[in-house]
Amino acid sequence: MDRIPILKMGDCLLVTIQVDMHDQLAVSLQEDLTDQIAKHAARGVLIDISSLEIVDSFIGRMLANIAAMSRVLDAQTVLTGMQPAVAITLVELGMTLPGIRTALNVERGMELLRGYIQKDDELQENDGSEE
Amino acid sequence: MSSFHEVIRKNESSILAGWLAEMASSNRRSDLMSDAELRQQATELLRLVTNAAETSTDPMSEAFSSTRDYLKDIAKSRMEQGFSPAETALFILSLKQPVFNALRDTAGISPTKLVTEILTAGTVLDRLAVETVNNAVEFRDLVISRQQEEMLELSTPVVKLWEGVLALPLIGTLDSARTQVVMESLLSAIVETNSQIAIIDITGVPTVDTLVAQHLIKTITAARLMGADCYLSGIRPAIAQTIVHLGIDLVDVQTKAKLADAFALALTRLGKTVVNAKQVAKSTNKREEA
Repeated sequence: MDRIPILKMGDCLLVTIQVDMHDQLAVSLQEDLTDQIAKHAARGVLIDISSLEIVDSFIGRMLANIAAMSRVLDAQTVLTGMQPAVAITLVELGMTLPGIRTALNVERGMELLRGYIQKDDELQENDGSEE
Repeated sequence: MSSFHEVIRKNESSILAGWLAEMASSNRRSDLMSDAELRQQATELLRLVTNAAETSTDPMSEAFSSTRDYLKDIAKSRMEQGFSPAETALFILSLKQPVFNALRDTAGISPTKLVTEILTAGTVLDRLAVETVNNAVEFRDLVISRQQEEMLELSTPVVKLWEGVLALPLIGTLDSARTQVVMESLLSAIVETNSQIAIIDITGVPTVDTLVAQHLIKTITAARLMGADCYLSGIRPAIAQTIVHLGIDLVDVQTKAKLADAFALALTRLGKTVVNAKQVAKSTNKREEA
């Protein structure tokens, strides 16, 4: 059975979805990704969907779920490269993915992710100095 | 027995002359069409009708297909020349009088036969005239829908204000079809120009109701999903009042009164500022002197 590869880049995980998603693939990605976040103690997850051309409500919900699960595991999720048609479909389906951060391409997404991780680190340092 | 198509065939030249005279007296528009062209069209049509009437008296039948095709061409050219649909129909209808005259003058025709033939010829010509009007209106509808499409494309320009900043000035009423075009052109422009900020300016939108607002919110949400920020500008005081009265929730949308304000905000987000060039030059000069 095929699986979507999850690449580790420093303290971030990179997932690029390059095939059409079917339900089973989405579920296995969800499991693999949570495993990997826990294993590497990742701080950020970047999901690139620039080659994804077809979405349905299940895939939309799965993306929202992944973001929520990553947040529970203390990792920020950024979704990048969504196609116009996909964005329109998700909006028409009423899935506005309120908790997910988005960026135009992987480069911007990585920038965004590093910014969040840095901000997090600074916050934690400040907390530590107060004690 | 002489049917009307035989009568036409026998008296072709006199009917043609009568027809042209009839048109000259009623609805001749010599400013739009030359006599020679009209005569040529009339001759051709008369020939086609006569041939078709030999096999059938139903204008919708196979026999009349070449006649109908010719009428379609006539309707199209008449519309292009600037005739009204009524004038185009009169072109066919004014053939009735000369045909009836020819039937009446036919020697040895019984009164019953005369009435039957006049009715048949009348019906055929009426149906053909209606068909022509139909063609003319269809052609006009085609022109209208093509113009509508062109207007739709022209009315949604996406302009680039700065590297990474797009603006979409909307003018005119927003309906569902237009919003779809707006949404698609904005989103594809975001991808093409790799812009992080888009400003939708609704200065030219006369009214905002719940439907329009919902369309705008959808567009803004779709842009956000793609990773671009969307600001709404050009909200006139009256529209601001309407939005609040209608209870439309624009909390998640960054709004500004003027396009200039939205652009200033966009530059700030990009980490850019606008400075007075003269003052900058002065201050650098001072520093150099010091």
